[in-house]
Amino acid sequence: MKGISFGQYYPANSVIHRLDPRTKVILAILYIVCTFLCKSAVGFGVLVLSTVLLVLLSRIPLRLILKSMRPMLMIIAFTSIINIFWTKGEHLLTPDGWWLKIYAEGLWNALFMVLRITVLIMATSVFLTYTTTPLAMTDALEQLLSPLKKLRFPVHETAMMMSIALRFIPTLSEETEKIMNAQKARGADFSSGGLLQRAKALIPILIPLFVSAIGRAFDLASAMECRCYHGGEGRTRLRVLKYHWFDFATMLLMVGFGVGVFFLNRIGIGYVLR
Amino acid sequence: MSESFIHTENLCFSYTDSEGKKESPALKGISVDIKKGEYVAVLGHNGSGKSTFAKLLNLILEPTEGRLVIDGVDLTAQELTDELILQLRRKVGMVFQNPDNQLVATIVEEDVAFGPENLGIPQNEIRIRVDEALASVGMSEYATHEPHRLSGGQKQRIAIAGVIAMMPQCIVFDESTAMLDPSGRREVLDAIRMLNRDFGITVLNITHYMNEAALADRVLVINDGTLLLDGTPDEIFAQQALLKKVGLEVPQCAELIYALRKAGVRIEGEALSTPEGCAEMILRAYRNKGGLSHE
Repeated sequence: MKGISFGQYYPANSVIHRLDPRTKVILAILYIVCTFLCKSAVGFGVLVLSTVLLVLLSRIPLRLILKSMRPMLMIIAFTSIINIFWTKGEHLLTPDGWWLKIYAEGLWNALFMVLRITVLIMATSVFLTYTTTPLAMTDALEQLLSPLKKLRFPVHETAMMMSIALRFIPTLSEETEKIMNAQKARGADFSSGGLLQRAKALIPILIPLFVSAIGRAFDLASAMECRCYHGGEGRTRLRVLKYHWFDFATMLLMVGFGVGVFFLNRIGIGYVLR
Repeated sequence: MSESFIHTENLCFSYTDSEGKKESPALKGISVDIKKGEYVAVLGHNGSGKSTFAKLLNLILEPTEGRLVIDGVDLTAQELTDELILQLRRKVGMVFQNPDNQLVATIVEEDVAFGPENLGIPQNEIRIRVDEALASVGMSEYATHEPHRLSGGQKQRIAIAGVIAMMPQCIVFDESTAMLDPSGRREVLDAIRMLNRDFGITVLNITHYMNEAALADRVLVINDGTLLLDGTPDEIFAQQALLKKVGLEVPQCAELIYALRKAGVRIEGEALSTPEGCAEMILRAYRNKGGLSHE
């Protein structure tokens, strides 16, 4: 359990790793907008190319990304089936009189949907999880959301909670393992029986885990107070995020890309969504 | 008076139950003076009130009675404002028992920076303080590591660095070695000694290990909420019968001297706190008039 790593961060020294985490959050959002602006076959072609380029730039092995896409296969298959059979159009592909009607538009829709989901997940995970540590992510969110302070949204507190949660994930997972071993030593069985029985077997693990977590929370609270913690007011930081010209350049590039994709929709090669 | 850093008079504290009715006194009047730069060990068995004493010094708990003066500021004569408490905690740092429950950040240097960040110190100075604090506990090479991968002794040294970075005048160690293995304990004790000797920081080490108490300049023994003994380690360990009565044991070397004396061997001297001192005393007894003499 000591080897547990946070999230899916893949350490490398690429252009994308070096971007400011705030930039990456903004780029991810812009990219999502791009995928939804895209409506033509040509546009999707360009979109797929851009994702491939992104993966290459990030120096993350493609195999790793594809492997992590596996849990999404079900959703992708499901949406494509729905699109194939439920879309009505003008070009009927199945012979007349068949009860099953598949239209060319349905096939196109399914293809676009699959591409959109795949590209969206791959690009956002390259920006947000593979190249950004959870800690940098927390910092970025704290700063990006700081205008919400005016609406009395506790931005600093939320970020602090997130980083403390990250800090305690390995501690608590180690503890869970200890408790499980202790219960096993006393004859507990976690691996047989039906779903209900297994869920019941977890109770003797969860209760001591919660009790200890609450105890830890008390300890941590006094330790933080002893180190003069008094909220976000007047607090300085060791690491301060700084935008470079490169961050602005990439953001501009992404906006340009979105505009480009939007105009590509006018090229009627293949199929264009209406 | 000007030299005294911590001054208490009849300091009391009672825990009240959730309904605020039943009171159980944990400290029943402690009067003590601790000077600047002293290395003091506070001994006592479980439930003696030694941890409560530590928590009062940092105002995690507020005294219910008596006087508490720290660095010339009387904390019991005035209303406790947040500002006052912050000022105090800047001067008196604390290191706790469980190394896991006092580290806040996922990166070592971020954790050490936590205190100075709270104090609103400018970024470039935080950098300097963090580097110096990590160097002083010998953990510089771990600056960018994740704390959960370190050993208990290393984690506790990070916690100490976190306190040093706030530049306090006094550090209270609340059983900080209790959860460590022998090598981890040695690492922490070395760090404590260094803080006291090289940085001139006043150290209070709350413990129930006799061998740790022997390292201090002065030992306070707390029993049942009162101050039982106050003196140098040698003086304290001479009171073997009293220590045994309150559930404490003397170091093994002192125990040996007692056993020898009980058996009628004449050994002179009071250097009971260190094995070297005891060995010297026994050696002297041997050389006395050609061998050990019975009384």
